[in-house]
Amino acid sequence: MGREAPKQQQQPPVAYTVEQLVAVNRYNPDILADLENYVNEQVSSQTYSLDANLCLLRLYQFEPDKMSSQIVARILVKALMAMPAPDFSLCLFLIPERVQMEEQFKTLIVLSHYLETGRFRQFWDEAAKNRHIVDAVPGFEQAVQGYAIHVLSLTYQKVPRTVLAEAINIEGLSLDKFLEHQVANYGWVIEKSQGKGQLIVLPKNEFNDPVLKKNSSDSVPLEHITRIFPILS
Amino acid sequence: MAAIDYEDARGGSYDDRRQTPPQQDLGYDPNFVPDSVKSFVVHLYRHIREKNVYEIHQMYETSFHTLSDRLFKDSPWPSVDAVAHYVDNDHVFCLLYREMWFRHLYARLTPTLRQRIDSWDNYCSLFQVVLHGVVNMQLPNQWLWDMVDEFVYQFQSFCQYRAKMKNKTEQEIALLRQFDQAWNVYGVLNFLQALVEKSMIIQILEQEKEGLEQFTATDGYDYNGGSNVLKVLGYFSMVGLLRVHCLLGDYHTGLKCLQPIDISQQGVYTSVIGSHITTIYHYGFANLMLRRYVEAIREFNKILLYIFKTKQYHQKSPQYEQILKKNEQMYALLAICLSLCPQNRLVDETVNSQLREKYGEKMIRMQRYDDEAFAIYDELFSYACPKFITPSAPSFEEPLVNYNQDAYRLQLKLFLYEAKQQQLLSGVRTFLKVYSTISLAKLASYMEVDEPTLRTILMTYKHKTHSVDSDGKVISNADVDFYIDDDMIRVMESKPAKRYGDYFLRQIAKLEGVINEMDSVKLE
Repeated sequence: MGREAPKQQQQPPVAYTVEQLVAVNRYNPDILADLENYVNEQVSSQTYSLDANLCLLRLYQFEPDKMSSQIVARILVKALMAMPAPDFSLCLFLIPERVQMEEQFKTLIVLSHYLETGRFRQFWDEAAKNRHIVDAVPGFEQAVQGYAIHVLSLTYQKVPRTVLAEAINIEGLSLDKFLEHQVANYGWVIEKSQGKGQLIVLPKNEFNDPVLKKNSSDSVPLEHITRIFPILS
Repeated sequence: MAAIDYEDARGGSYDDRRQTPPQQDLGYDPNFVPDSVKSFVVHLYRHIREKNVYEIHQMYETSFHTLSDRLFKDSPWPSVDAVAHYVDNDHVFCLLYREMWFRHLYARLTPTLRQRIDSWDNYCSLFQVVLHGVVNMQLPNQWLWDMVDEFVYQFQSFCQYRAKMKNKTEQEIALLRQFDQAWNVYGVLNFLQALVEKSMIIQILEQEKEGLEQFTATDGYDYNGGSNVLKVLGYFSMVGLLRVHCLLGDYHTGLKCLQPIDISQQGVYTSVIGSHITTIYHYGFANLMLRRYVEAIREFNKILLYIFKTKQYHQKSPQYEQILKKNEQMYALLAICLSLCPQNRLVDETVNSQLREKYGEKMIRMQRYDDEAFAIYDELFSYACPKFITPSAPSFEEPLVNYNQDAYRLQLKLFLYEAKQQQLLSGVRTFLKVYSTISLAKLASYMEVDEPTLRTILMTYKHKTHSVDSDGKVISNADVDFYIDDDMIRVMESKPAKRYGDYFLRQIAKLEGVINEMDSVKLE
């Protein structure tokens, strides 16, 4: 009566990587500690695994008593760093509302809101006020700068220097240096516009350039071609 | 308000198809077996032994429902013990009979906690038998789908039941504590996962692509004397996993579970209408929550067109009401998707006119993004969303509280939050549609915002209309697109991507068919 379902294979004695554990053993409460350690490892080694983190949030959802706020906060910061991917929402969908009421999570939700709505100035101001949360995760600033550049490249062909500065939160000499690096490595071009300071020309892509857009639309995946292989042969 | 709508709307929904049922009939004698039932089990048992799938299907789809309507409208079928000796006390047959017995009970009456636990036990025994490979039957896909579907439904129903702690009797609470493994979420997920793994279905589908295996071509049936039960249960369990993960709010993992099934093609999942609809409904919903609107619109459009064209053939089917219900819910989801991402050219004319009829007026109001508009988003979402569950057991110590609405409220709140983040985008869209170039200053004054704010709105537009797919690739969902050159906005005309490649592929295949046909005609 009310008997237990079969557990997945017990954890093997051989050292499996956490990724493998998630793949073969994802509905097993015994891997919770491994997954928590793995979150810390992702923080220190600047790596990321959405699947493993969702797996852990799922185990917390099944057994709320075992939830660690600190680990959840780290997962959320990591998810912010994965923007433009929707990982932050994916995590929130699994975190009970009363937990989301905690102060540090409220802050993270506000930060996510600013990023989602392109309000970079407010974002950096808010982040500065909450150094203790975001500084705990190395690479945070660079990741958000990467996202800002992603959105700018979707939006602009030529962006005013001031707008760029605000989005990535770099100014003055540091910005000159940053630009130098981008010019040398990523094909950025600096242009003077009349009387308004620098304009940065961002590399063209299919989202900010109508010419490239047309070319990318009609391609046929190989898989579909394979369907007519028997006919062609 | 929303909460009440939610409850009401669920009344007759697919997930919660049960009407408020009458109390169980006290005059019911579990040991009384009418002749027609005796004949039913004897024949069904014989057809199963003879692997006569056609006859099994007839009895399962027609006779069972006819008998239920005639003799067991509001009482359960005779107990399994009463019929066992007509079928040689066959263990597996008795498990199957009980599965149907419980399914009928859930559909027409309110199961007691004891019955819920017994039904869980029956699924455990049944799946254990299947998993350990001693099954040598061939069962209709419809039946195998119903098993997975019902298993997930009863799990969801149990979670909802358990979460209403306020009016539980002491006896019920004692039972809940004692049988805490019944309908445990780990157990449910592990059964579905075990069926997927043990059946090797993922490998089978892989090999089929290389022509080494037949599965789809035979609709999953085994014509070489083997059994289709494990394979097909494993296959449908992938859909079951998608559904459970959606109920938990884990859309990413849900879609991952479905990945082995190529939903751009016909497959075994389309061989049963219930499975087809459940798959696409959850697939579309998960994509909606992941902001991949174009993908959701495309699949909703396809299935709604399919239902429109074929629903007349299902009128007599026991699933007809559920088909209609899900149909309505998917129109509501399509209305949401198209309001957030107006890609009307993806929608077929027939579907579009149905949609306008049902939601045309609401969709115009949804574009306004005022409080009234959000109330409509709320209403449509609540009406059409899956019946979310909280999977954890209640705390028995504290004052007993109901938490059956928690999961739904959270998903609704996060969805509305997303809709609000997009509220200024429809304004941008309106202007982009009428200009080919416009300066930032001019657009800012039209939209009554300052220039820095306009820049953030335009970046939001870009971010929200460009989703990231499962491989991390950025995909444009924008109906109107633009780029900014210094302080000029230049609108990019978005031409519908003509799928020449696909078109030619289909024509080549068609031509080949015609040529083959001509070759086979022998001229005298």
